Amino acid sequence: MNASTIIFFILSAAILGGGLMAVTSRKIFRSAIYLLFSLSGIAGLYFYLDYEFIAAVQVVVYVGGIVVLIIFSIFLTHDVDGVLPKPTISAKLLAAISCISGMLLAGMLLMQNPFLASTEKPIQAGVADIGRQMLSTTKFGYILPFELVSILLLASMIGCIVIALKTRTKS
Amino acid sequence: MIQPGLYHILLLSTGLFFIGIYGFLTRRNLITMLMSVELILNSVNINFIAFNKFLFAHKLDGMFFTIFNITIAAAEAAVAIAIIINLYRNYNSVDVNDANKLKY
Repeated sequence: MNASTIIFFILSAAILGGGLMAVTSRKIFRSAIYLLFSLSGIAGLYFYLDYEFIAAVQVVVYVGGIVVLIIFSIFLTHDVDGVLPKPTISAKLLAAISCISGMLLAGMLLMQNPFLASTEKPIQAGVADIGRQMLSTTKFGYILPFELVSILLLASMIGCIVIALKTRTKS
Repeated sequence: MIQPGLYHILLLSTGLFFIGIYGFLTRRNLITMLMSVELILNSVNINFIAFNKFLFAHKLDGMFFTIFNITIAAAEAAVAIAIIINLYRNYNSVDVNDANKLKY
């Protein structure tokens, strides 16, 4: 067993274990911290697969942005020492049955599928190549989704301000 | 010894996806449900990256889809948290069962 395999299994254990603890832990703050471990493991997986730019984006946006936002909202809305109510046995059982059967189905389908790799020469993409293709207006350029996403971000920013600033209505 | 390949990464993302589904179905708290949604979105990103790496290594399309996914997930989380905080201000609770005013 070489080092690369060991690193992959450590990363998978961090991702899956962190995710499982994040959805089952009954203390909400710990749950957010387990989510942090899981997302950092995913960033490590991107580094492992040689996608450094995506890994950096993952660290900046998820680990540095979304988890911090979630922790802030936990502090604003929860008593951190409190314990979340236990889900009922029937809810747990139904969710576990549907998840395990779905996992088996998806796993079986993908293990049977022969994925055919393309035979062309792989490219090593740097940040300059990514930027050039993203802003290109030619056939394989992504300028239109880029502009749409910028409008979406502006709309969501304005929407956040409008929603969060709404004063309490008099009933 | 086994070398981690496409199938291993796809199985990993399948596991992560259904962990997220499990959390979404069992939790009744809006913030923890949002965390489950983040796990689901991340498993999709892993799939895009794995397919790009192992099947279409001469292209960059999987990478762009991942970048747009991350952007939209960030926007979604921000709007969701704004809604949660507004809900808490009005109902003093972030439980989904308490947010039923539109129902009646």
